[in-house]
Amino acid sequence: MLISLDPELYGIIGLSLKVTLTALFFAALTGIPLGVVLALKRFPGRSILMNIVNSLMSIPPVVVGLVVYILLSNQTGLVGDHRLLFTPTAMIIAQFLLALPLMMGLTSTAILSIDKLVKLTAKSLGATPFQVALKVVSEARFGLYSAMIVVFGRLLSEVGAVMMVGGNIRYMTRVMTTAIALQKGMGEFQTALALGMILLLMAFLINGILEILRNYGRAS
Amino acid sequence: MDILKIENLTKVYNGKTVLDIPKLNIEAGKITAIIGPSGAGKSTLLSLINGIEKPDTGSIFFENEEFSKIKSFSPATIRRMALVFQKPVMFNASVYNNIAYGLKIRKMDKTLIGQKLTDAASFLGLSDLLDQKAITLSGGEAGRVSVARAMVIKPDLLLMDEPTANLDPANVAIIEDMIKKATQIYQTTVVVVTHNMFQAKRLADNIVFMLNGQVVSEGCAFDIFENPLDQRTQAFITGNMIY
Repeated sequence: MLISLDPELYGIIGLSLKVTLTALFFAALTGIPLGVVLALKRFPGRSILMNIVNSLMSIPPVVVGLVVYILLSNQTGLVGDHRLLFTPTAMIIAQFLLALPLMMGLTSTAILSIDKLVKLTAKSLGATPFQVALKVVSEARFGLYSAMIVVFGRLLSEVGAVMMVGGNIRYMTRVMTTAIALQKGMGEFQTALALGMILLLMAFLINGILEILRNYGRAS
Repeated sequence: MDILKIENLTKVYNGKTVLDIPKLNIEAGKITAIIGPSGAGKSTLLSLINGIEKPDTGSIFFENEEFSKIKSFSPATIRRMALVFQKPVMFNASVYNNIAYGLKIRKMDKTLIGQKLTDAASFLGLSDLLDQKAITLSGGEAGRVSVARAMVIKPDLLLMDEPTANLDPANVAIIEDMIKKATQIYQTTVVVVTHNMFQAKRLADNIVFMLNGQVVSEGCAFDIFENPLDQRTQAFITGNMIY
């Protein structure tokens, strides 16, 4: 399939990567700082918030898909006027919401695993609260790379939410996982399996890149 | 002149008063050793001076700036101090970047950092280790790095919590030599917590002897060691205090 250079297949692979990586990017951009605050700051309601985040880490994707569907639907949705439903943007929004608590939770776990003396040592050497936070994040960098690998894996293999808000429209919102589900539904097991293999290969390549990044961080 | 003035300072943990100091002054440009048995409140006192913890009552004045339960030291004042912890924690980076940390966060010029690092490293026998990953160092090397990391920023007040505990005599000698040099060359005020009387004798100009959260006696090292007026102090320095 890959060798036959089927443009439709490459479109599907491209969209899968685009949706997953964009959602991962925004989830890291917001989830890492929020996770750091959650781990380092003492504020009222912190433990409740931590509980909520931890619970949301295991939220079923279809529930996220459903909520985003309702929000974006032009009959019932708060933001229905933007006509985002069944577009890649809707899929990115759903995946972002799925990834955010995971990113926050894994980030705070990584930060909390760092020896408290790291924070105190930085502080005692004159670091401002922001510089202390940066130091702790830098010490927790391997944990953060791992968090990204986990979140990426979850997003790439996710099917429920993207199916619900994307609709699996050919040439528009079809991604690897929804294509596999469709092929299976049509009884095309061979194609479905081949797509599955390609998905696995993609995961292998991206994880390889993240792993190189992680080792690079360890060496520096 | 006194760099630190402590007034009516108390700290309570779980209903127990672990520190109660009505008055204590620390002389500028001198080495003051805080001695006493474990649990005397020595480390708590250092944490309070460094602002890591807040007192329950009373104040600490750094020159004229007040630190209390409701008042914090300004960032500029905090940057005039450095604390070396008993357990040397290495950042997961090279030895160079560990020692340079305090200078980097002060946004010092890179060339200047390089010069200061070379000096500090040669003083403490760390020149060959600069490129090594700090987490692979031995205990003695890590101890020296943690002292270098604090000294390189040339603080006006250097606080040290048992900086040589668990180190071999060679490393102890290097660190003690460095502490003396800091005071002689840069007029750094050093407050060093130790339960090792011999170290206090070798290093200190002034002695503060603490017991059960209180200052039992304080004064010039010579007087305290040669002519201790207080019986408990005498028992401690002669090694007759069982604790």
